[in-house]
Amino acid sequence: MPPAVPPGSEPASRRGVPASRPAMEKMSRSGAALGGAALSGRTMFCHLDAPANAISVCRDAAQVVVAGRNIFKIYGIEEEQFVEKLNLRVGRKPSLNFSCADVVWHQMDENLLATAATNGVVVTWNLGKPSRNKQDQLFTEHKRTVNKVCFHPTEVYMLLSGSQDGYMKCFDLRKKDSVSTFSGQSESVRDVQFSIRDYFTFAATFENGNVQLWDIRRPDRYERMFTAHNGPVFCCDWHPEDRGWLATGGRDKMVKVWDMNTTRAKEIYCVQTIASVARVKWRPECKHHIATCSMMVDHNIYVWDVRRPFIPSAMFEEHKDVTTGIVWRHLHDPYFLLSGSKDSTLYQHIFKDASQPIDRANPEGLCYSLYGDLAFAAKESLISSDSNRKPYIGDRRHPIFFKRKLDPTEQFEYISSSSALSVFETDVESGSMDWFVHTAKQYALAGRPLAELCDHNAKVAKGLDRNQVAQTWTMLRIIYSSLGTVSSANLNHSMGKGSAALPLMNSFNLKDIPSGLGSESRLDRSKGESRTENILLDSSSTLINNEDNEETEGSDVPADYLLGDVEADEDDLYMMDHENPHAEEQEYSLPQEAFPLRHEIVDNPSALDHLQDKADSPHVSGNEAETVSLTPVESFSLISISHSLYENRLPSDFFNPIVRDTLLFYAEQGDVQTAVSVLIVLGDRIRKEIDEQTQEHWYTSYIDLLQRFQLWNISNEVIKLSTCRAINCLNQASTTLHINCSNCKRPMSNRGWICDRCRQCASMCAVCHHVVKGLFVWCQGCSHGGHLQHIMKWLETSSHCPAGCGHLCEYT
Amino acid sequence: MEEREGDVRWDGLCSRDAAARAAALEHLGQAVLRRGGAAAAPRVLARLLLLAKRCPFRDVREKSEAILSGVQELGIRIPRPLGHGPSRFIPEKETIQVGNEDAMMHTLFAESFATLGRLDNVTLVMVFHPQYLESFLKTQHYLLQMDGPLPLHYRHYIGIMAAARHQCSYLVNLHVNDFLHVGGDPKWLNGLENAPQKLQNLGELNKMLAHRPWLITKEHIEQLLKTEENSWSLAELIHAVVLLTHYHSLASFTFGCGISPEIDCEGGHTFRPPSVSNYCICDMTNGYHGVDDIHASPTTTESVCEVEALMEKMKQLQECRDEEEASQEEMATRFEREKRESMFVCSSEDEESAPTRDVSRHFEDTSYGYKDFSRHGMHVPTFRAQDYSWEDHGYSLVNRLYPDVGQLLDEKFHIAYNLTYNTMAMHKDVDTSMLRRAIWNYIHCMFGIRYDDYDYGEINQLLDRSFKVYIKTVVCTPEKTTKRMYDSFWRQFEHSEKGQTTLSPLPLLTTPSAPQVHVNLLLVEARMQAELLYALRAITRYMT
Repeated sequence: MPPAVPPGSEPASRRGVPASRPAMEKMSRSGAALGGAALSGRTMFCHLDAPANAISVCRDAAQVVVAGRNIFKIYGIEEEQFVEKLNLRVGRKPSLNFSCADVVWHQMDENLLATAATNGVVVTWNLGKPSRNKQDQLFTEHKRTVNKVCFHPTEVYMLLSGSQDGYMKCFDLRKKDSVSTFSGQSESVRDVQFSIRDYFTFAATFENGNVQLWDIRRPDRYERMFTAHNGPVFCCDWHPEDRGWLATGGRDKMVKVWDMNTTRAKEIYCVQTIASVARVKWRPECKHHIATCSMMVDHNIYVWDVRRPFIPSAMFEEHKDVTTGIVWRHLHDPYFLLSGSKDSTLYQHIFKDASQPIDRANPEGLCYSLYGDLAFAAKESLISSDSNRKPYIGDRRHPIFFKRKLDPTEQFEYISSSSALSVFETDVESGSMDWFVHTAKQYALAGRPLAELCDHNAKVAKGLDRNQVAQTWTMLRIIYSSLGTVSSANLNHSMGKGSAALPLMNSFNLKDIPSGLGSESRLDRSKGESRTENILLDSSSTLINNEDNEETEGSDVPADYLLGDVEADEDDLYMMDHENPHAEEQEYSLPQEAFPLRHEIVDNPSALDHLQDKADSPHVSGNEAETVSLTPVESFSLISISHSLYENRLPSDFFNPIVRDTLLFYAEQGDVQTAVSVLIVLGDRIRKEIDEQTQEHWYTSYIDLLQRFQLWNISNEVIKLSTCRAINCLNQASTTLHINCSNCKRPMSNRGWICDRCRQCASMCAVCHHVVKGLFVWCQGCSHGGHLQHIMKWLETSSHCPAGCGHLCEYT
Repeated sequence: MEEREGDVRWDGLCSRDAAARAAALEHLGQAVLRRGGAAAAPRVLARLLLLAKRCPFRDVREKSEAILSGVQELGIRIPRPLGHGPSRFIPEKETIQVGNEDAMMHTLFAESFATLGRLDNVTLVMVFHPQYLESFLKTQHYLLQMDGPLPLHYRHYIGIMAAARHQCSYLVNLHVNDFLHVGGDPKWLNGLENAPQKLQNLGELNKMLAHRPWLITKEHIEQLLKTEENSWSLAELIHAVVLLTHYHSLASFTFGCGISPEIDCEGGHTFRPPSVSNYCICDMTNGYHGVDDIHASPTTTESVCEVEALMEKMKQLQECRDEEEASQEEMATRFEREKRESMFVCSSEDEESAPTRDVSRHFEDTSYGYKDFSRHGMHVPTFRAQDYSWEDHGYSLVNRLYPDVGQLLDEKFHIAYNLTYNTMAMHKDVDTSMLRRAIWNYIHCMFGIRYDDYDYGEINQLLDRSFKVYIKTVVCTPEKTTKRMYDSFWRQFEHSEKGQTTLSPLPLLTTPSAPQVHVNLLLVEARMQAELLYALRAITRYMT
């Protein structure tokens, strides 16, 4: 007794759906609530006995077939539940013919189904058969697994299959064998789909990333082929309304929509998902909506608006394992989606129950600029709602509004996407960070004895009117260096200098400091204001910027040295990078780009090893010991005044807790620069006092700041000098630079400077035609370039490429 | 000795710039010959010997040779290479001689030399198939030296662990050197129990992957990822798994092709004058039990018949496949039968070889070896290739957690699987895909992976018993491979091609050993993929 519903006996109400389509469309536009008038039901599921591989619906939208390795059943979709109608797996012995990779229900004939078996057999089933076994025909022409079967949308007897063996076959169900065979000349076919509008056309997708279009009448050659994805294209779907649109999904996690009307297939939309895309299905009645599910890792079903590719417009999260099949329940109803999954469940999803990530998304953005400006973008409705408040107090510029006009053709549940952007500027003086840049550039962190480093840094801080920091450096020198290295004259000198700040020092307590710091920084901000533009320049001009600083700060580096001929020596390159003339003599030269292609694995260089460590012979005054009982801050000032300091001995790590507190204090104040600089200069003396994580935190913050100010060289030096493992390996990652040969414009696969295709040296200067050793700049557009100096000069007069290739070069 | 060695600098020799090499060589020569050869420690000399024999750059070879003879003139005994070329199975005269390679091979050699600082024997054997070698080197370089979640010394240590599972002293030696070179702690080399707990935890997975990957479950993965401290991150685990499988299968290749020890490693050279004896230490240390060439060589006519017969069979299978309609049950039982039979395909010389002490300290539990499926009544469900395949699932998972590696592996699998010159012995334009697929699927079958769309009866038709023995040994217990096994399969190919050596215009194809090496590449990649599939499936299950 066949439980299948015989054709024509289904309730008239269900069949009425297509007829009442225009009415339904109107309703659907008017609101989601009325949309279910034609079909009704709720979100529901049923357990299958085994994982499903594919599902397909009957044209009447009342039955669904589920196929998998161990399951092949038809379920009736009722108001409240799924009801098992028929089990097509009959027979005692399990046969591989029942192990389905794909299943499809004919959209013209309710009795006709086709399955693709993993062993390469294509089977058709006729539900009208009176016997228990509904198997109709068996085509064993494919040599490998058949991945996909597809019925012709209007022709009853035409079936298409695509297989792992690289062939597509077209079957006429009235004949025993295939009518025609199409060879894709490629490994395997992943999907085949008849075009809905073009009677003769079908699309096939391949494992090598290609999509081919075939004319069913011409099995000898494809009509058109293009590469759609990087890696296999798992699925495709023709747009049900728009004739030329084909959506494809691939292993490269992309969903792409192609316009096939033009001579060359044009990619018009692209959605980036988070996992490889297993199925795509256009949503009925919604021109831009498409449902996808993924093959691995991600179990959700997404419905995307292809025009808004960053956030899915709806999401169904019911499945607990990957979804293997999705299908819209009815050709013209956009609210019901059926899905089968590896977790052995069959679901009916209702659109109104879908979660809409857009609701949960925060359509606000907030970002600080380097100079303390604050930009804030938010949904317009959020801002206008409290318009009585005046949030734009510090706003100097006009708030900018971006608005998108609502699309009147948009049917429903459109979420407004207009937003407003406001920029808040901080006033110039308080926001300036010039002191930071100057300090970063001028500090000496290594390469000299500790005392000299401290002196130098104290002088730098002093020069920028940061007296407190200057004092700290001076004190550090006193604490950690022995008498021998500190000349008394020098000491007096610094003491004398320091005395100006002394009243402040003596009077402060912990609470006073912020204000003290504040005033201090404000001072040098106003002083350094004129520099702001320089800093804004990009890295190529920092060289000049550096030079500028050197001059003004009276450094002993001759200015023309920095601008000297780049070609002279490769080392020059690195010497220029260093602000501090002493650093480059030491071991800190950057790895030369061309040669150490492997990671250069250095043990953490303990930066100060070569310095004399005088820790074992300190000189500290006896009265110091008493002051320890006082607050640490006060003891500082005492130390700095006391001259008897050098006559007595006390282990230098005696002060470590105080120094540690000082560093913590600075870091707490936001002056992570001082903390890190002291940390580097003192090296092992203080390192153990502060836990690794805090150190790492300081380093990352400082490096981040340096990089925001485009002080690349300094940040790299800091990375190099740091003793934290995590920091140290920062500049050992991503050290590969991909370049093109300037002759043949192909990527240089070879290491070194000779292109192995054209056997020429790739790094010729386009201006002087000499080989560039040293700073080489090149245009990423045309691969031509040359000496930095020459190119800069050239670009002053011309914007075209000096090589004469006609490219309008862009250098950033 | 260590201090004196400090004088001798090897860097710069790997440079592509001839001038830089010349300078480095000059310096090297001076350092060695200075002070009457006082710096000429045996290790330095061995390294020089390696350079003299196995450097892709002619200038380096010549100069090293010169330095060595300079040392000899000083009255110091210099080493000479032991063994006979890069492989014990392949006669030296058939391998590519360094210096005689064509342009493409030279590029590959130079590449390998520049990145590794050496040209190892594996490379010299693989170069029979340069297209594959390129992909192999690229992958290996990425795994060991490029960006990745694991620190460099961990990577080499994992390589050692994996190779040690198969008692492959060749790979262990190689990576012990590399491990120390990247700053690994020498203490770890005393055994796994001296390594960090984190690596010790990996031991169990290593063991199972190497011998019984089908037993890996998501619980194993969970154990690695969920331990309070010393836990692995997913990305690290993937990296480790790829490394483990890479070295397991490379160990198969090493034994399968009988790779000789490197010249500068222990057992690769001797300081004894050649006349003393022909006794080869290396054969013992690697667990080779005597090299016997006693197999009766078949007459040429006979072997030609074998090739003909094989081709005839392939043709038959091709033709009759459409007509002969095997029932579904028949197909299913054929797989089971092949799976079962693969158990009984055992090498006759099943004697227990005690691993050398040197290698055995790297792994515990020596008794744990490949055990056939369901031999002990355990029923393990068959792994269906259609349900979890490399192309659809494995690739995505690997690439997600360890970017770019999925792509590299994918390329490597493809090249190995599709590698063909369309020749079979002296026959040209033969479609060998059927044979390649049979080998590939046979290996997967041994691991319980079944392809629904494959008729396992074909395997029986195409692969004869001696070949099956060889495959099974190399894949499951590579350390037991012997030269006799190697010689006993596909004799016809070797012998029938020998007569043709001078006739064929393509030098590569005349090399008699190329097909054997080709088979080995297939074995390597099929095994790697099988192991990976099991491990990745477990990880996927853990993640869902």
